[in-house]
Amino acid sequence: MKEKRSLTCVECPIGCSIEVEVENGVAVSVKGNSCPRGKLYAENEVVCPKRVLTSTVRAKSGEMIPVKTSAPVKKTELMNIMKEIKAVHPELPLKIGDILVKDISDGANLVVSG
Amino acid sequence: MRNCDIVIIGGGPAGLAAAIAAYDNGVKNILILEREERTGGILNQCIHNGFGLTRFKESLSGPEYAARFIEEAKKRNIETLVGTTVLSLSKDKTITAINSTDGVFTVKAKAVVLAMGCRERSRGALNIAGTRPAGIYSAGTAQKYVNIKGYLLGKEVVILGSGDIGLIMARRMTLEGAKVHAVCEIMPYSSGLKRNIVQCLDDFGIPLYLNHTITRIDGDNRVSGVEISRVDENKKPIAGTQKYFHCDTVLFSVGLIPENELTKGADIPLSPRTRGAVVYQNRETLIGGIFACGNVLQVHDLVDFVSEEAEIAGRGAADYVLCGSGEKSPIDTTNGRNVSYVLPQKIDKNVAGDVKLFFRVSNTFRNCTVKAVSGEKTLATRKKKIAAPGEMETLTLGSNVVESVSEPITVLLEEEN
Repeated sequence: MKEKRSLTCVECPIGCSIEVEVENGVAVSVKGNSCPRGKLYAENEVVCPKRVLTSTVRAKSGEMIPVKTSAPVKKTELMNIMKEIKAVHPELPLKIGDILVKDISDGANLVVSG
Repeated sequence: MRNCDIVIIGGGPAGLAAAIAAYDNGVKNILILEREERTGGILNQCIHNGFGLTRFKESLSGPEYAARFIEEAKKRNIETLVGTTVLSLSKDKTITAINSTDGVFTVKAKAVVLAMGCRERSRGALNIAGTRPAGIYSAGTAQKYVNIKGYLLGKEVVILGSGDIGLIMARRMTLEGAKVHAVCEIMPYSSGLKRNIVQCLDDFGIPLYLNHTITRIDGDNRVSGVEISRVDENKKPIAGTQKYFHCDTVLFSVGLIPENELTKGADIPLSPRTRGAVVYQNRETLIGGIFACGNVLQVHDLVDFVSEEAEIAGRGAADYVLCGSGEKSPIDTTNGRNVSYVLPQKIDKNVAGDVKLFFRVSNTFRNCTVKAVSGEKTLATRKKKIAAPGEMETLTLGSNVVESVSEPITVLLEEEN
């Protein structure tokens, strides 16, 4: 049976309203997106929603260092990853892109983002 | 007193982009004055992603976006004084500033770019009843404490205002372990981006109360709870609709105000609609040689647009230094039906090139058309599936169109029947 779902795309600030038809757990039609990223977003969103997680870690010397996952991770895992991030205390100096934790979730690394 | 070709007040995204553009357009003697201890401005505390999608076609964190401009400014050896507060600016482009190494000093500039950004509206501006306990912050201040200082400000949170910073902080506090009970918005719509409603509230099951405001804050030493109420169409609380939340923290995300004290001090005319300077398309204010860009000029939603606007101002300032100021042939722009403001407010027909008009609509509209008209003539038009006050709109006028205009330009939005 087909099921209709309405989504708001989060890929960019436009925030397209997308209509997805889902059959047997997968998207069979996507309407309302204005770019290919929107289609991909909708297809993934109805199967397994993922997000890039952004946060901070406290360096050994005390400074807060912005971090993010290098790729989207499962939405349901966000709070678990936060617990893991809290235990990360890297040494300075660091630069943007440095990997702090390899494969923190779903193959994504935790990287320095500021 | 030292002399400079261009002084840029503010080293945030606007100031950095303006400096780089001015340099690349032939002026090398540039000085950036920055109040904080590092450049990058508010981007430094905006650790979330989504910056740069327009400009770099990738999703960057705030510090990553800032780093790209800081790097470019460094490559050009653009002089920057950090920890330096500008005390005053005069019409003749003399700047008085202070820092801990030079003390009070003055700089005489040939051109000035105002890039001071904006600040947050506070609780005081809203007249909310109740006590004055600890635990009440503006959302941006909370963001600084959490992201830069590493403090969790509270555990039970209510947020007033659904602007982007409020939404972002709802998610941030949740990820850090706080419980966000509610986001209240007095308007029938959120002023934040739709994507932020989804990824900051819906993703975490945080309720958004539209048409609601905080009517009382309780607490002795620390906030102990807030009362919220539904409002009617005149934004007046409706008796009997109160809800109560026990909480220890209240965040305000209720709008940004361009920080124009220096601008006012130099008698530069401001627009009551944008609360920023009145400018020509090259972002020159009505005082020749003083330019403005970024959030001090109009509050932007996207830093990508700030950079774009700052580059216009930077090029304008460089042109002014190298070529001086020509005779102007100004045409006014105004906001028409369903539009709350238009920028630039003046177009100088003697300056060649396309003109991009930035504006905001006054409500949420579906299936509508935005238009720029002059007298009987339609200059530009665009159909929109949806237009909302939270998202800045643009229309571009071609240079041939600008040349042909003889009457003021009005930007308006037409609803479809």
